[in-house]
Amino acid sequence: MTDASWETLSNQAVAAAGVVYFLALISHLVEWSAFAGRLAPGQRVEALVGSRVGDSTAADLVPTEQETSADEARERRAAMFGRLGLLLTGLAAAFHLVGLVARGMAADPNRVPWGNMYEFTLAGTFVVAVAYLALYRRFSLGWMAPLAVGFVVVCLMVAVIWLYEPVAPLTEALNSYWLVIHVVSAILATGAFTLGGIASAVYLVKARRPDATTGWLGRVPSLASLDRIAYRIHAFAFPVWTFAVLITGPIWAHQAWSSYWSWDPKEVWAFITWVIYAGYLHARATAGWKGRNAAILALVGMATLWFNFIGINYFSETSQHSYAAPAVAVVDAQQGM
Amino acid sequence: MSSPTTSRRPGELTARELLRFGWRQLTSMRTALILLLLLALAAIPGSIIPQEGVDALAAGNWKEQHPDLTPIYERLGLFDVYGSVWFAAVYILLMVSLVGCIVPRVGVYWRGLRAQPPAVPSRLARMPDAAAYSTDEAPDAVVARAEALLRSQRYRLREAVGRAEGSAEGSAEVSAEKGYLREAGNLLFHLSVLVVLVGFAMGSLLGYKGGVIVVVGEEWGFTNTPSQYDDLVPGSLFAADEMDDFLLKIRDFDVEWLESGPRQGMAQGFVSHIDYCVDCADDADPGFTSYDLKVNHPLTIGDTDIFLIGHGYAPVVTVRDGEGEVTYSGPTVFLPLDQSFFSFGVVKAPYAQPEGIGLQGWFYPTFLNVDGNPITVMGDARNPLLSFNVYRGDLNVAAGPQSVYELDTSKAEQLTREDGQPLRLDLTPGETAELPDGLGSVTFEGVERWNKIQISQTPGKLVALAGVVLALLGLLGSLFVRPRRVWVRARREGESTLVEVAALDRSGGGDTAAVVATLVSDLQQQEKK
Ligand code: HEM
Repeated sequence: MTDASWETLSNQAVAAAGVVYFLALISHLVEWSAFAGRLAPGQRVEALVGSRVGDSTAADLVPTEQETSADEARERRAAMFGRLGLLLTGLAAAFHLVGLVARGMAADPNRVPWGNMYEFTLAGTFVVAVAYLALYRRFSLGWMAPLAVGFVVVCLMVAVIWLYEPVAPLTEALNSYWLVIHVVSAILATGAFTLGGIASAVYLVKARRPDATTGWLGRVPSLASLDRIAYRIHAFAFPVWTFAVLITGPIWAHQAWSSYWSWDPKEVWAFITWVIYAGYLHARATAGWKGRNAAILALVGMATLWFNFIGINYFSETSQHSYAAPAVAVVDAQQGM
Repeated sequence: MSSPTTSRRPGELTARELLRFGWRQLTSMRTALILLLLLALAAIPGSIIPQEGVDALAAGNWKEQHPDLTPIYERLGLFDVYGSVWFAAVYILLMVSLVGCIVPRVGVYWRGLRAQPPAVPSRLARMPDAAAYSTDEAPDAVVARAEALLRSQRYRLREAVGRAEGSAEGSAEVSAEKGYLREAGNLLFHLSVLVVLVGFAMGSLLGYKGGVIVVVGEEWGFTNTPSQYDDLVPGSLFAADEMDDFLLKIRDFDVEWLESGPRQGMAQGFVSHIDYCVDCADDADPGFTSYDLKVNHPLTIGDTDIFLIGHGYAPVVTVRDGEGEVTYSGPTVFLPLDQSFFSFGVVKAPYAQPEGIGLQGWFYPTFLNVDGNPITVMGDARNPLLSFNVYRGDLNVAAGPQSVYELDTSKAEQLTREDGQPLRLDLTPGETAELPDGLGSVTFEGVERWNKIQISQTPGKLVALAGVVLALLGLLGSLFVRPRRVWVRARREGESTLVEVAALDRSGGGDTAAVVATLVSDLQQQEKK
């Protein structure tokens, strides 16, 4: 295959992934609309917390007496759309992967598919999708489906509409195997932090009506398990982020720019993100900060993370991290003749 | 961690109590948290306001554009946030808090390591995760098996439990604990943060960073002494005699240009073939070593790291004055203005006779005239063109140091054509243009290249690296080791034995229900066999 056809394949696969994610989102919305405003029986809410939503065991629970067959039908319909949504998400992620791989194959020489913002967003959303799918069973993430899939759809749209760039070789400074290690870990952490942030956001919503038994909130796990899920995901992402921005980043910066830490805006914001997540982990162990405030910190962390990733490139002209910048020296005005 | 328990009695606090109170506050978890958030907040301005240490040019421009704010910002240290007093105050307080918090915990941990797991609580059923079952087996036998199971799962068991500790006849119990590494990891992490800080401080106090533009060619070169640098930023404790003694020359420079694709015309790869010698200042015929310097492939000489960070063109220009004397000659460094290496530079011949000559020029590596607009189609010098505006008169060099990349035209006069438009000299290599009024002539001899070399010494970088690696290891222990205590008690109740199992995870992240369930089912399974 020629490079051009790889590029076409990549664009088509990304488009297909976007469409299928969107269908998955619709499917999950239908799933949830089945419960809007409905009262879910108390014991059923309990059961759903422990097992995964849409799981047949949850849907086939022995009905209580007051339960009507209409409720049962609704449950079954919801379960079906839940499964459909999951299936579609898996399919979309497969397209997404094809899009990424083809992107790398389209470059000459072939390379990792994260050399610019478009590709970074593509890879980051892929991690979100795959992490969501991978943890779906373990953490019973059914309740997160519309949020996680919705996030991926929106980010993909942003990437395709505003960030798209044709395939091009890497600039010299990016051409290093540290790029692979550094960026892989940064993307991985970004994806995981995003999932954790979604869990924390849901925690905050749920905290307003912790005893809700109706609608979507009724199906969301208890505050304690939301907090634990969020913590577990953050606890995975934090060391990965540490590795990305405080170990491999500086090593690479030292090789490429002669200084392992130069307070470049991108570095500053990576540091800020790191410190805020350290604050989050502290908050979970501090009386008076547990729960709500910790969840807020997690969201602040996520905001700085995404600001750093997207915002700073538009915001700051001095960042050496602008992906497309040439390796042209910025020569300071020299004094004396 | 110490909790902020106030020992305030009604009435006054003694100075000693006040101090202790303050110390407790400072080393409390809450203070640490607030200081962390403060640190994040304090780091923000430095990413918004151009920093002198990061991009002096941008900082200078910003100051020019904001004459009112500049003095205030300067007083607040906002052009050097990361070296400012208030930024230092935040992280120093944080470090003090950290030491005050962590060091006592090392002692506590040490004692805890040598202590027994705590005794079995009296009411196991009250634990958050507990289970019970009945059996015919004797209490001693159940507990013996539980001990063996727990030991095989690497729990540490409390010794001498059971009757010796006064529990009732017909009853036995075991207390087990594991996951001590969590706290060790946590302590390692926090102490490593200090190591990183030390390493970082060494680099910024004892090291230096400098840049120099070296023209490619055997006849040019660079000797590593402070005066040879174009810009040099030493740490506050840097001593110039720490500089490694070497000499380097750039023998040749290769660039690969992209001939097609969306980045067509841009530089793809570049290599600087350099020759260097160490401790050779006094040698008449020093032996050189060769090295291919590339982006991402720095050269290390002694403690000094040498990086290639940029390149550009240096057109060779000769200026003859009105009396025919060569008043300026040589490669002139032009700074690239964009990715196509369209570059800008100046030539100053202030002492030309009868009048000083100043040239302000643009360099087009591959010149093309598109509908009357001069453009350069790529960065490679395939059709170089040099285009000058000319000034005559006083170039104001007596007024003090000037940038070599700028022409002071405040006292000079620009030459114009008859129609009043500025005079422009367009030169291709080898071409000479006569200046009007017998001022002299300008010759474009050819094109040389230059490399921007960054040179730095960063002592402590390995200390900092070791610090973060240790911190990461500690972090992994701290986040993923699950500290837990497990208790089993069996006692005779009438005809059968009641076995109670409970577990506690102090990290709050673990799934102790599963631990209890597994232990219970293991105990029951074994019994059936
Ligand atoms: C530079 C400053 C600091 C940083 C970057 C930092 C970072 C962290 C991180 C990332 C954790 C998470 C690990 C875990 O959850 O076990 C943590 C935990 C902890 N930190 Fe710090 N910390 C700092 C200062 C302090 C200070 C000053 C104290 C004492 C007041 C402290 C006490 C603790 C404690 C007790 C934990 C364990 C919390 C738990 O059990 O989950 N830290 N710290």
